[in-house]
Amino acid sequence: MLKQIIRSVALVASLSIAGAAAAADITGAGATFPYPIYAKWAEAYKKETGTGLNYQSIGSSGGIKQIRSKTVAFGATDAPVKGADLDRDGMVQFPAIIGGTVPVFNLDGFQQGELRITGPVLAEVFMGSITKWNDAKLAALNPGKKLPDTAITVVHRADGSGTTFNFTEYLSLVSADWKAKVGAGAAVKWPAASSVGGKGNEGVAANVRRVKGGIGYVEYAYAKRNNMPYMALQNRDGKFVRPDEKTFASAAAGADWFAAPGMGISINNQPGADSWPISTASFILMYKAPADKKASDEVLKFFDWAFKNGQKLAIDLDYVPLPDSLTAQIRSKVWSQIK
Amino acid sequence: MSTSPLTRPAPPMQQRSETRVLAIARRQVWEDFLFHKATLLFALLVLLALLGIIGSLVMNAWPALNKFGFEFIWRVEWDIINEEFGAAIAIVGTLASAAIALLIAVPLAFGIALFLTETCPVALRRPLGTAVELLAAVPSIIYGMFGLFIFAPLFAAYGQPALQSTLGQMPLIGPLFGGAMNGIGILAAGIILAFMVLPFIAAVMRDVFEIVPPILRESAYAMGCTTWEVVGKVVLPYTQKGVIGGVMLGLGRALGETMAVTFVIGNSNRLAQSLFAPGTSIASTLANEFGEADDFHMSALFGLGLLLFVITFVVLAAAKVMILRAERAKGL
Repeated sequence: MLKQIIRSVALVASLSIAGAAAAADITGAGATFPYPIYAKWAEAYKKETGTGLNYQSIGSSGGIKQIRSKTVAFGATDAPVKGADLDRDGMVQFPAIIGGTVPVFNLDGFQQGELRITGPVLAEVFMGSITKWNDAKLAALNPGKKLPDTAITVVHRADGSGTTFNFTEYLSLVSADWKAKVGAGAAVKWPAASSVGGKGNEGVAANVRRVKGGIGYVEYAYAKRNNMPYMALQNRDGKFVRPDEKTFASAAAGADWFAAPGMGISINNQPGADSWPISTASFILMYKAPADKKASDEVLKFFDWAFKNGQKLAIDLDYVPLPDSLTAQIRSKVWSQIK
Repeated sequence: MSTSPLTRPAPPMQQRSETRVLAIARRQVWEDFLFHKATLLFALLVLLALLGIIGSLVMNAWPALNKFGFEFIWRVEWDIINEEFGAAIAIVGTLASAAIALLIAVPLAFGIALFLTETCPVALRRPLGTAVELLAAVPSIIYGMFGLFIFAPLFAAYGQPALQSTLGQMPLIGPLFGGAMNGIGILAAGIILAFMVLPFIAAVMRDVFEIVPPILRESAYAMGCTTWEVVGKVVLPYTQKGVIGGVMLGLGRALGETMAVTFVIGNSNRLAQSLFAPGTSIASTLANEFGEADDFHMSALFGLGLLLFVITFVVLAAAKVMILRAERAKGL
C-alpha cells in the first residue's frame, strides 16, 4: 500500500515536471484541415529536438483571432488573410501544406473515378438546377454508361470549414452563376432544395454513404482512407483527372505564389494537363515583430525542420508537401521579414 | 470575563447565568446574521450569473440586433457570405422538433408511469423503473449516432414510406409528409428527441404518482372506482403540478438539445415545407457555426443564443402560470 502511494506520488511529480517542460512548447492554433499533418510533424520533431507543439485545431477564424490577441506564437488558416489586413496587423503569411478536395457520390455500378463531371456541371448539381442523375448534361459526359433515374441529394458540411471554402471557391471560379448567387466561404447558403448538411468530413461521408444518389465533397485524405467513391473531374486543360498525389503536385507546381500579397493565392483550377482542379494550401500567420522573439524563432525552426524532413510524413497522410523551390523562397522572402 | 473570580466576590448565581446567556445570545445573533448574509450571497450569485449571461448575450448580439431589429426574429434568411441573418428558420426547426418530441413522448411517458405505479406486477416494478432511469443516463451523442447510423436508414426504408402513404394522403396535413425520404430531417430529429426526453418525463411522472397518499387511492377503490377512474379523478388531480413540471423539464431538454439534433436534423438553412425535409435548430446552428464564425456572423449567432434563452424563459414562465392557475382552480 505504502509502495503504491509512493509510486503514485512519484508519478504525479514526474507528470508535473513534464508539465513544466511543456511550458516551453510551441503554441499554435487554427485550421482543422492541416491538423493531422501538424500533429504528425510535431510528434517526430519532439522526438528529435525535445520541443513539442501545442496546436489547437479550433478552426481558421479561431486561429486568426488567437494570433491577433497574441495568445499563440502562430495562427493557421485555410482561407488566406488579405494583404491589407496583414499589413495592418504587421503579420506575414506563408503556405505550409497542400491538400485537395474531391467530390464523392453514391451510385451503384461505377468504378473508382469512372463517373465523369465538369466544373460547371458540378456547380449546377450543387446549385440544384440538375436534380436527377440521368440528366442530359451528366449523360453527355458519360457516354455508354447507364445513369439511373435517381434524385440527387446534395450533401455539404454543416460546420464552417476550410474544405467548404476550397470547394465553393472552385465552383465560383468555374461558374459565374455560382459566384453571383452563392459565392465562396467557409460556410455558404446552399441553394439546392435537396441539400443536407453533415458535421465534419465524417458527417458528409456518412450521409453520402447512406443516401442513394447522394453527392458531397470531402478532403482527399479522408476519401482515400475510407475508400469513398470519387469522380473524375475535368480540369482547366479539358482533361478528366483523378485525385492523387501527382495531380495535386501538378496543380501546386504551376502556381505563382508571389502574385498575391501574403502568398494568398488560390491554387484552384490551375493549368496543366495533370492538374487536379480543387486543391488548397493551408497558411501560417506570424508577426513580423513578435512580442516573444524566442517563441517565434522556435516556430520558424519547427517549420524549417518540417519543410526539410516532413515531406514523407505528409505524403503518407495524403497531403502534398510544398516543393523545395517554394520552401527556399519562403525562407528567403518571407521569413527574412520576421525580426 | 477577564477578571478572576478570586480577586472579586463572585456575583450572585442568577446574575452570572444571565450574563452567560446574554453572551451566547449575542454570539448567536452574530452567527445568524453572518449565516443569513452568506446564504443570501450564494443565492445572489445565481442571479448575478444569470444577469451576466443575459448581459453578455445582448452585448455580443448587439451588432446583429441593431442592424436587423425585431425583424431578426421572423426573417427567413441565413446567408453567411452576404451577412444577411434571420432567426425564423432555426426557431421553426427548434419549436417543430421539440413539439414532435413532446407529442410522442408525453403519452408514452404517461403510460409508462401509470403502468409502473398502478398496474405493474411488483416483481417487474424495479427492473422496469431502473431501465427507464438508465435511458436517461445515455449521453446525447450516443442518441445522435444511433439516430444517424441506425434509425435514419430504417426510417427512410420503412417509416417514411408508411407515413407518406397514410398521413401523407390526408387533407391539410398531407404536405407535411411529402418530399424526398432521406431518413433525416425535422421529423427524425423530433423522434430522436422523443427518445431522449421520454425517460425524464416518465421518471418524474412515476415519482409524483407514487406520492399520492395510499389512503386516497384506497378510499376510491373502496367506493368501487375502476383503475381508470382512480387515475383520472384522484391521481392526476393530486399530481397535476408535478406532471406539468415533468413535461416542462422534457420540453426544456428538447429545446436546448444540441448534439443528437445536429446529427439527424439535416442542418439545412432553408425553411422546411415538409417534416421530412432537412432543417436546423438554434442549438445545432450554434454548434455547427461557432468554430468558423467571423465578427458579424458571430454576433448573429449570439442573437440566436439570446432568442433560445428567451424561448426557454417563456416556456418556463408559461409552465409556472399554468401551475398557478391549476392551483387556484382547485382552491389550494
